[in-house]
Amino acid sequence: MTAYIIRRLAVAIPTLLILVILSFILMYAAPGGPFNSDRPLPPQVLANLEAKYGLDQPFWKRITTYVWSVTTQFDFGPSFKFKDRSVNDIISQGFPVTLTYGFWSFIVAVVVGVSLGAAAAIRQNTWLDYLAVGISVGAQVLPNFVLGPILIIVFTLWLGVLPGGGWNGGQWQYLVMPVIALSTSYMASIARITRSSMLEVLNTNFIRTARAKGLSPTRVIWKHALKPTMLPVISYLGPAFVGMITGSVVVDLIFSTGGIGQFFVNSAFSRDYSVIMGITILVGSLTILFNLVVDILYAWIDPKIRY
Amino acid sequence: MFPNKATVESLEDAAHMAEVQGRSLWGDARERFFRNRAAVVSLIVLICIAAFGFLGELVAQWERDFVDFSLMGANATQGVPSFETGHYFGTDASGRDLFARVVQGTRISLMVGIVGAMVAVIVGTLYGATAGYFGGRIDGIMMRTVDVLMSIPFMFVLILMLVIFGRSLFMLFLGIGLISWLDMARIARGQTLSIKNKEFVEVAFATGVHPLKIILRHIVPNLLGIVIVYATLLVPSMIIFESFISFLGLGVQEPNTSLGALISEGNKNVGNGTPWQLAFPLAFFVVTIFAFFFVGDGLRDALDPKDR
Repeated sequence: MTAYIIRRLAVAIPTLLILVILSFILMYAAPGGPFNSDRPLPPQVLANLEAKYGLDQPFWKRITTYVWSVTTQFDFGPSFKFKDRSVNDIISQGFPVTLTYGFWSFIVAVVVGVSLGAAAAIRQNTWLDYLAVGISVGAQVLPNFVLGPILIIVFTLWLGVLPGGGWNGGQWQYLVMPVIALSTSYMASIARITRSSMLEVLNTNFIRTARAKGLSPTRVIWKHALKPTMLPVISYLGPAFVGMITGSVVVDLIFSTGGIGQFFVNSAFSRDYSVIMGITILVGSLTILFNLVVDILYAWIDPKIRY
Repeated sequence: MFPNKATVESLEDAAHMAEVQGRSLWGDARERFFRNRAAVVSLIVLICIAAFGFLGELVAQWERDFVDFSLMGANATQGVPSFETGHYFGTDASGRDLFARVVQGTRISLMVGIVGAMVAVIVGTLYGATAGYFGGRIDGIMMRTVDVLMSIPFMFVLILMLVIFGRSLFMLFLGIGLISWLDMARIARGQTLSIKNKEFVEVAFATGVHPLKIILRHIVPNLLGIVIVYATLLVPSMIIFESFISFLGLGVQEPNTSLGALISEGNKNVGNGTPWQLAFPLAFFVVTIFAFFFVGDGLRDALDPKDR
């Protein structure tokens, strides 16, 4: 097991490095510097600015400095547009917000998705099954940027029960709609995966044996069927997590929650490269880390896996 | 000792019957597909939507970039969808005909979806088949590369690319193409591993056929079933993806538009009393995605017998 974890880490670290280098090269290849504007700056001012941000250095020096400061000190450098703030300031402001509603969305997607899928499989071909399948098909064609506006129309404009946006320190009223918008499509996918996996497991021999020796149906499901059912669900959690972080861009935009997604889009429009790169690298590292955790979890749960 | 005439005749009949009843794999799949009512209806719906996207401009009464200044600001009262004015779907906030714009948006969204899926299919299948066929170290290196690329959050890299190299349709195609082939490569490799040990590949190898030719002539055609299924399911996710980028304002640029851009615009104007601006693009979007999912499901049932 330890060897497996070490081997996985040996893949994860170069991946991270590639990501950092790739985004740096992309930024380096960008036509026009970050200080080009409609009103050209005097050449001396520009030279001073470039010297301050280290842009006058040769390529190799810049890339090694950047990679070094990112990997050893987690320092993404100063923002090009906000003169008094560094990328780290911006991330530490937005990231807790994203993490809060991301965490709740994840919990909702997994808990609701697994229970819905399992219930549908146990009561196969009843109204419950059809309802669950219907919900998961419907939710799959409603991506979060479509669902978000619909939620606002219903809950804010018509019913007036929930605030239409903002964060307000993360009170529950402000959390409800972002979490629904973010979790629904993943909840649907998890429900689908759980249902088909559970159906498969319920037809296996060891479940038949468990039933034959007289265990109660609840015990058969909780004790014997649930663990193998979860295997494909767990391998989906990696992509689901990535999707939720990406989806936060939309949630921030629609509900003005102020997470990193909002900063990301704003910086994309103002060509604030260092912020974009910082967030890209942060999300990338989280993705890689999470995939690693999921793989290790998988290896730990599945007795059949060879590692 | 000689078989009598009746036996010969019955044998002949049997041979004849076998010929009549014998069905190809594809014929079988076609029949299974057409028995699935939801899939057939969705296919018809898709054809209608495609016709709308590519021929709709013949029906539109207004040019899509014609700005009717008399309607600007009075959109909520004057720009209502009606047959008399020729604005079948009403007008948008700048006084442009929404029908013509939805036609164009549908066309661009479909094109992005189909081109993206095609890039994924061609690159992914060839890559996966090559990796699977050669195996060993080549396979290890090629698939490790895919794993590395997969763990990069490409949505963010794509946005970075769009910002740096300017927003254009070409960049969007390139970016979507870059991401989408990874899954396909994995699927194609998995299938190739089981195909490459079949007798016909062995025969081809033994008679000295060039490896490239074995991949193209013997392996890729046998991957087609699963590739088609996956491609159909990929198209809607490409459309969703493009709409997502356009919703952020980073995708298709004015005066061009896509369904995602139109939904985004409708969403911004939802408080101005012009619900049609959200409703029509949204309806086309949802129906298109639904139809693709059902066709994809139908194709999977038809072509992939083990996944039922």
